[in-house]
Amino acid sequence: MTQVIEGMELVYEKPQTMTDAYLHYCPGCGHSVAHRLLMEVVQEMGIQDRTVGVAPVGCSVFAYNYMNIDMQEAAHGRACAVATGVKRVMPDKFIFTYQGDGDLAAIGTAETVHTINRGENILIVFINNGVYGMTGGQMAPTTLIGMKTTTSPYGREQATMGYPLKITEMISVLPGAFYVTRQAVHTAAAVRKTKKAFEKAFEYQKLNRGTCFIEIVSNCPSGWKMTPVESNEWMEKNMFPLYPLGDIKVPTQLN
Amino acid sequence: MEANEPDVRIMKGNEALAEAALRAGMHAYFGYPITPQSEILEYLMAHGQKRGAIVLQAESEVASINMVYGAAGAGRRVMITSSSPGVSLMMEGLSYIAAAELPCLVANIQRGGPGLGTIQPSQGDYFQATKGGGHGDYHLIVLAPASVQEMADFVFDGFRLAETYRNPAMILADGALGQMMEKLVLPPAGSLPHRVPEWATVGKPKKRERNIITSLHIEPEKMEQINLHLQEKYRTIREKEVRFETFHTDDADIILVAFGLSSRICQKTVELAREKNISVGLVRPITLYPFPKSILNTLADIANAFLVVEMNAGQMVEDVQLAVNGKKPVYFKGRMGGMIPSPEEVLREVELIAEHHTVQA
Ligand SMILES: Cc1ncc(C[n+]2csc(CCOP(=O)(O)OP(=O)(O)O)c2C)c(N)n1
Repeated sequence: MTQVIEGMELVYEKPQTMTDAYLHYCPGCGHSVAHRLLMEVVQEMGIQDRTVGVAPVGCSVFAYNYMNIDMQEAAHGRACAVATGVKRVMPDKFIFTYQGDGDLAAIGTAETVHTINRGENILIVFINNGVYGMTGGQMAPTTLIGMKTTTSPYGREQATMGYPLKITEMISVLPGAFYVTRQAVHTAAAVRKTKKAFEKAFEYQKLNRGTCFIEIVSNCPSGWKMTPVESNEWMEKNMFPLYPLGDIKVPTQLN
Repeated sequence: MEANEPDVRIMKGNEALAEAALRAGMHAYFGYPITPQSEILEYLMAHGQKRGAIVLQAESEVASINMVYGAAGAGRRVMITSSSPGVSLMMEGLSYIAAAELPCLVANIQRGGPGLGTIQPSQGDYFQATKGGGHGDYHLIVLAPASVQEMADFVFDGFRLAETYRNPAMILADGALGQMMEKLVLPPAGSLPHRVPEWATVGKPKKRERNIITSLHIEPEKMEQINLHLQEKYRTIREKEVRFETFHTDDADIILVAFGLSSRICQKTVELAREKNISVGLVRPITLYPFPKSILNTLADIANAFLVVEMNAGQMVEDVQLAVNGKKPVYFKGRMGGMIPSPEEVLREVELIAEHHTVQA
C-alpha cells in the first residue's frame, strides 16, 4: 500500500500492473510512457488476470520486465502471429501486441496485414519512431524522406530507398480493422488522448468485432541524436505532417 | 462399431495423422498448403472445427510456426505440419520454441529438394530435422514412421514426448507415407490426458508471479546456464527415449540401416538376400534424435559391414559412421530428388559388399 504523508492527498501512484524494475529506456523516450498508460488501463479496467501481452524484438523487447502481466516475447516481426495463436486458444482473454515500426511494418508486414485482415480480436500497439532504435538507429520503413540514419547517412533518398510507409492508413482500409487511431505521448494532452484510445480498444475487444490498432508517433532521442526536448519539437514539426494525429477509423455501429 | 472393437480403417497417411491428432486431443493446428501434405490441413478444416479444435490456415509457414509459439505458450496442445520448403521457413520459429521450451508437434512430409525441388518423396531433410535446423544449440525429438499405422501412432508419442520434455517433437515422414493408403487401427480418443501447465501465459491471477515465455537472456552467464539446462535435457532424452527396430540382425554379416520408407524397402531386400543365402539384417531407427547409437556399435562387433540406405545424398550415414566408430566399413546407397530405391537395386549393393567381404575373409 502506498504511504500517504499526513495532511497530503494521494493523487497519482504507480499502477500495480507495473513491476518495480527500472525502465531501461533512454531518457525522454516515449516507450516508457506508452508502457505505463497501457498498464494503467489494464489496472483500471481490472483485467490483469485476463490479459496476455506480446512483446516484439526492438527496444521494447523487455516490455515483460515492466508489465506485471503474463507475456510472451515473439520473434522479430511475428508478434501478430504469436498473438493470433494466443487469442485463438483463449478467445475470452484480452490480448495485445506492442511493436516498433521495423517489427510491425518491415519484417512483420505480412503478419500485421493478415492478422488485421482476419479481424483477430486483439489490440496492436504500434510505436512509430521512424528508426530502428534497438539496433542503433538504422533506417526504418517509416523513416522520413531526407532523414539521416546510420543506414541512410546522407538522408533517406526516395529513388533508392523508397517512401515512408504509412502502414496505419494502409491497414485501416481492411474490413477486419475495427478501430484505427494515431496518437502521441509527448504532452499531457496527448497522453490523455492515448489513454482514452487504450480504454476504447480494450472495451472494443470485448465486442469481438475486429482488430484495434493504435499507432503512437514517438521520438527516439538517441537514434535521432537529439535531446528529449529537441526530439519532441522535431517530431511535431517533421513527423506529424506525414503522420497526422487523430482517429483514422472509428466504429460506426457498436452492436 | 462395437465398444472395444478396434477401429480398423483404410486411410492415407496424411489423413491418418490428422485424425490421430484429433483423437490425441490436439487443441490447435496452424497450417499452410503445400504438396504432399495438404490433406492434413484439408482434413482438419473439414473435421477439426466440428470436434472442438482450432484450425487456422495461416498466411505463411513463418506465421504458422509463430502462431504455434503463441498457442503452445498458452499451454495448449498444438500441431503444425508442412513439407520441406515450408519447414525451412519455420526454422527461426522452431529455434525460439526450443529455446523457450514450448511443447508442440511438427510433421514434415518431406519432398525432394533442394529448392522448390519436386513433390515426390524424399528423406533430404534428415540433417535439418536431427541436428537442430535453425540457429543455436537445440534439438527436436524426431520420430520416423514407416507405415500409415505409425503416422497415426506417432502423433500420440510425439505429443507425449513434447509435453514430457517441454520440447518440440517432429514426425519426419515423406511424400509416399503421406499419400499412400494402408490399413490401420486408429488409436482411441481420450487416451492422452492434458492439463494447462502452470507456466502457461493465461492471464496472471493476483496470487502468482507473472508467467513469461521468452528466449532472451542478455547476460552471457545466464544464457550459458540456459544452454546447460537444455543440454542436460537432451542428455536425458538420449538416455531414455531411443527407439529402434531390428530385423534378422542376430546372424547378419551385413547390416542395412534405414529409416522410414527406406526401411520398408530394405526389409524386402533382407528377404531377397536371404533367399540367395546372404545373411543380411536391418536396423531401423525409429527415433532419429535421439539416434540409436549403441545398438549399431554393438552390432559392429558381430557384423562385417553396414549399408545405409536413404532417399538423399547421404545424411544419416554420418550418424551410423559415428556409432560404428571405425569398427567396420559403412557403405551408402542413396537415391535423390524424389526417386525411391527398389529392393533389387539395394540387393545389388548388398551383393557387391558380400563379394568384397567374402574375398577379404
Ligand atoms: C530476424 C531478425 N532480424 C534482425 C534482427 C535485429 N533487430 C533487432 S531489433 C531490430 C529493429 C527494431 O526496430 P523497431 O521495430 O523500429 O523498434 P525500436 O527498437 O525502434 O523500438 C532489428 C533489425 C533480429 N533480432 N531478428
